[in-house]
Amino acid sequence: MSTEIKFNLNGNDIQVTVKDHWTLLYLLREVMGLTGTKEGCGSGECGACTVIVDGQAVNSCLYLAVELNGRCLITIEGLAGPDGTLHTLQQKFVEHGGIQCGFCSPGMIMSSKALLDENPTPTLDDIKHALAGNLCRCTGYTQIFESIQAAIDTGTEDVEVVAWKNET
Amino acid sequence: MKTFSYLVPKTLDEAVSLFESHSDRVMYVAGGTDVMVKTKQGKIAPDYLISLKHLSDLDKVKMNPDTNELIIGALATHRTLETSTLIRRQFPIIHDAVQHIGSTQIRNVATIGGNIVNAVPSADGAIPLIALDGVAKMYGPNGERTVDLIHFFEGPGQTVLEAGEILTEIIIPSQSSHTGGAYQKVGRRAAMELPLIGVGIVLTLEPDSAVCQKARICLGVAAPTPLRTLSAERFLTGKVLNEDILIEAGNIAAEESRVRDSIRGQAWYRREMVSVFVRRMGLKCLKRIEETN
Ligand SMILES: Cc1cc2nc3c(=O)[nH]c(=O)nc-3n(C[C@H](O)[C@H](O)[C@H](O)COP(=O)(O)OP(=O)(O)OC[C@H]3O[C@@H](n4cnc5c(N)ncnc54)[C@H](O)[C@@H]3O)c2cc1C
Repeated sequence: MSTEIKFNLNGNDIQVTVKDHWTLLYLLREVMGLTGTKEGCGSGECGACTVIVDGQAVNSCLYLAVELNGRCLITIEGLAGPDGTLHTLQQKFVEHGGIQCGFCSPGMIMSSKALLDENPTPTLDDIKHALAGNLCRCTGYTQIFESIQAAIDTGTEDVEVVAWKNET
Repeated sequence: MKTFSYLVPKTLDEAVSLFESHSDRVMYVAGGTDVMVKTKQGKIAPDYLISLKHLSDLDKVKMNPDTNELIIGALATHRTLETSTLIRRQFPIIHDAVQHIGSTQIRNVATIGGNIVNAVPSADGAIPLIALDGVAKMYGPNGERTVDLIHFFEGPGQTVLEAGEILTEIIIPSQSSHTGGAYQKVGRRAAMELPLIGVGIVLTLEPDSAVCQKARICLGVAAPTPLRTLSAERFLTGKVLNEDILIEAGNIAAEESRVRDSIRGQAWYRREMVSVFVRRMGLKCLKRIEETN
């Protein structure tokens, strides 16, 4: 069965027809061509497919596309500014070596963003708790935690700027 | 992936009648963290998924002001429970468990009802609720009924739910003063881990002494279904609680447990961990009682 859904994607209201059994990940990558979101395990263990739905980090590999109806979705493509200026988190991941092969990075950054939007001054333990569902096989995590801490140090305003630009 | 139709009822009656009119290969789905994984793996092949996510009010966690009962909607996510101040302050044993279920991404969508209905021996969610004497409320083709949560489970993956029945609420009865609870998932990793053993304890003391009025010791992964170790509970009741008594209770509980070898761990180790964590969680209960009184 197909259903027409309306949702907000990275600030733009859109309308698409989806099959009931499509996952959100399938809709993004295979139908809309938004390949920034990655598929790792496909079963909720690795977090590479993390996106933000109504402010909450979710695994897009287990989330049905039809469930997006009426909701607000942010993907990694929504973070950089229109002129390509990186979001603070992205910039700090680059500066602090939070990225190596890069496959986990979109998911890491989306989980980090969901955390900072909710709690702009998390402790290291808060960060570890929020990122427990994101696997990285290169960095050993230390640089990732340092990148997030560096983003916190730049102040919450910077971090939130791009995030909620479309909600006002 | 296998195709299916996704039906979105708005009321319980609508959900039940959809279930009855599609009785072949129809399934309820809540957060879908289990249903989606199994469908992708081809372990189940539903033709119709009936979503329970849009049934109003079943995702709430609230106190009934008249009876002081805690009402947990079956569609409440683990994250709703984790971030609830009511839960954190008054039912820390529930917080202990839900904060370590899966990851943030999983907790944001996975529900407590789905966790209970799944009825896998390694599930974390039910143990604290059983230790708190929780009652399961259900609604189905024959109306509403309730059953004590400990009697909800019949075997791995098997519950008392009949075809078309929906778990709607878990009701936690009013707690006496001087009650404290604690849960620990014992695993190899701190996160993204199913328990080797899960230990949930609730203790109530007499108001002016350390004498135990009531004890609940509930174990996960210690049997095909959640297990209350009744001999250990009886042993504690009426005694002045201290570490030595809790060590003995731990040993009794370990004897009562029906642990087995599995890929995640061996029976002897699990038994050992039961006795260690019954003591530790018992002490944590006492500490929490002291802090709140
Ligand atoms: C990566 C990952 C990590 C996990 N970690 C843990 C963990 O640490 N601890 C743990 O215990 N579990 C864990 N799980 C298992 C699972 O996420 C939980 O059990 C979860 O709570 C299931 O809830 P759900 O809403 O997603 O269930 P669903 O997948 O929607 O449903 C599960 C089953 O319950 C039925 N059902 C759901 N709700 C109802 C209802 N109200 N009435 C009647 N039937 C219903 C469905 O028909 C289905 O059979 C994990 C899963 C994944 C993918």
